[in-house]
Amino acid sequence: MPEAAPDVLRGLGISPGRAAGRVHRMAGPPLLPAPVPVADTAAETARAVHGLESAARELTARAEGATDATAREILEAQAMIAADPMLRESVEQRVAAGSDAAHAIDAACAEQREALLAVGGYIAERASDLDDIKNRAVAAVLGLPMPGLPSPGHPYILAAGDLAPADTVALDPGVVLALVTEKGGPTSHTAILARALGIPAVVACPGILSVADGTWAVVDGGAGEVRTGIDERTAAEVERAARADRDRLATATGPGRTADGHPVKLLLNIGSVADVPEGSPGEGVGLFRSEFLFLDRRTAPTHEEQTGAYEAVLRAFPDATVVVRTLDAGTDKPLPFLGLPEEPNPALGVRGLRVSRRSPEVLDAQLDALAEAARASGTSPWVMAPMVTTTGEAADFARRARARGIAHVGAMVEVPAAALHADRLLEQLDFLSIGTNDLSQYTFASDRQHGELADLLDPWQPALLQLIERCAEAGRAAGKPVGVCGEAAADPLLATVLVGLGVTSLSMSARSVAAVRDALARHSLDQCREHARLALAAADPGGARDAVREAASG
Amino acid sequence: MPERTVIVASRSGLHARPAKIFVQAVARQGTAVRIRVGDGRPVPANSMLAVLSLGAGHGAEVTLDADGPGAEEVLDALADLLSRDLDAEEASDA
Repeated sequence: MPEAAPDVLRGLGISPGRAAGRVHRMAGPPLLPAPVPVADTAAETARAVHGLESAARELTARAEGATDATAREILEAQAMIAADPMLRESVEQRVAAGSDAAHAIDAACAEQREALLAVGGYIAERASDLDDIKNRAVAAVLGLPMPGLPSPGHPYILAAGDLAPADTVALDPGVVLALVTEKGGPTSHTAILARALGIPAVVACPGILSVADGTWAVVDGGAGEVRTGIDERTAAEVERAARADRDRLATATGPGRTADGHPVKLLLNIGSVADVPEGSPGEGVGLFRSEFLFLDRRTAPTHEEQTGAYEAVLRAFPDATVVVRTLDAGTDKPLPFLGLPEEPNPALGVRGLRVSRRSPEVLDAQLDALAEAARASGTSPWVMAPMVTTTGEAADFARRARARGIAHVGAMVEVPAAALHADRLLEQLDFLSIGTNDLSQYTFASDRQHGELADLLDPWQPALLQLIERCAEAGRAAGKPVGVCGEAAADPLLATVLVGLGVTSLSMSARSVAAVRDALARHSLDQCREHARLALAAADPGGARDAVREAASG
Repeated sequence: MPERTVIVASRSGLHARPAKIFVQAVARQGTAVRIRVGDGRPVPANSMLAVLSLGAGHGAEVTLDADGPGAEEVLDALADLLSRDLDAEEASDA
């Protein structure tokens, strides 16, 4: 009998809130074992056909359970492909030629995939269906759990090793109550998605995959706890309380301020004007990522295209702050038209403002377009450059932006050198915005995507907070704003710490604003300063979190 | 062998919903039907993969053929299906 999982599992709480329900696990794609010789061709053919039929059945069942008409159509088409006579024939031929069932399915799906890709256009988009069918059929042949999101037919807590973007596009926040992953860190895809959807999440939670499907559990995405061994009635009570909390937050509006009225601007991180919700909860935009204009392009966007995109965002916030970040690309996020060579260590290579060393015209064109959008919309946008490292770089960027009439020029603080020289940077600039995700990566020498190093990337790391404090102090001395626009700003408890450190604005995804506003409103500036003191003095992130949580609840 | 040549009327061509409806209809007939675009190679019409890989867009000229008893009626029904805009029609089970 398998050992029962302990009653409380601990991980990193990265999207606050509580949820209760039954846990269902997502299996990853099956790994193809080494080929095995086939003795009984007829039996192996039957195994292969059974694999395809299982995939078709599973997809049909999902289609029947789909509430969205488009999703149902897609799943029905996928089920038909799994049951396709041509695919089946190809698999049978491969088994007859000596291949085992799993490899026959793998090769047959690969062949059909290529055929669809060769057609191009719409049809090529169906090629990924074959990967999905292959994974399901191979899993069935090997006796492994079906990969992909579970569909138990009721809302559930999703448990997974880690989530890839492809797993999560189909994720319905009405069905998935909470996310818990064994791997992943505070800046992983899972974390960003959970906060964007506004559902509680815990990452880096060992043991979660040992919890049997259907087990009742409570997830606390703030404390980073998953409690099992509860019954359905307890789960229902927790869900009711959590819903009341959400309703209370949803009705709160107004600018960000502490309990004693100290203002803290609550701003939005957006990628385009499409990310601005109706009746926007924020007081402006703290981070407008301009990358979307440049993605998947062989040539740079035209001046008119860029101007139009910036103008749309500026017009959406006529009286508010809008901070535009210039192109954050490079060898870590390659853009075809930049033609940058591959580098052995892209995170430490030519990225962000550094691209301007090779292609200054890209930044100049962007600043030209932004200046024109500002004139056309009659607004005064703020602009900042990513990956600024030295005072010299800051001065050069400021000169280029001001030459075009842009009045508010700043820098992202993502590199420890920039944080250490925050005071000197502010001699050249009007504001700083701390990107905590990259600042963690560079301060702790830990890749942002590295699941095993999640603890080092925890935004509660006291050394990270000390760098933030240094920036905030430089801002206070210069009388200039210093904000935080990384994911750290979206953690309500950490937000109180950041305000206590002297940060003047917090920028986050729209869904996170309500909880952060609520947390600030419940603490005075003095309490926030006390939280900051406790967090800075703690030995590690866990200690910082515990100390501040205790102070906040006391 | 009896044949029918017809213009694909569905807005999205023989893709997505129209392809699904067509292939399902062929499968229901139980008669071996083939389909080709112009003078291209005929492929089994009961295979979603084969039909998709034709890449027949809106306005493409496709030819159906079938053999055996009832082939004429089957081809008439399928040709009629292709000459309608299947994207515009409600799902029968909706």
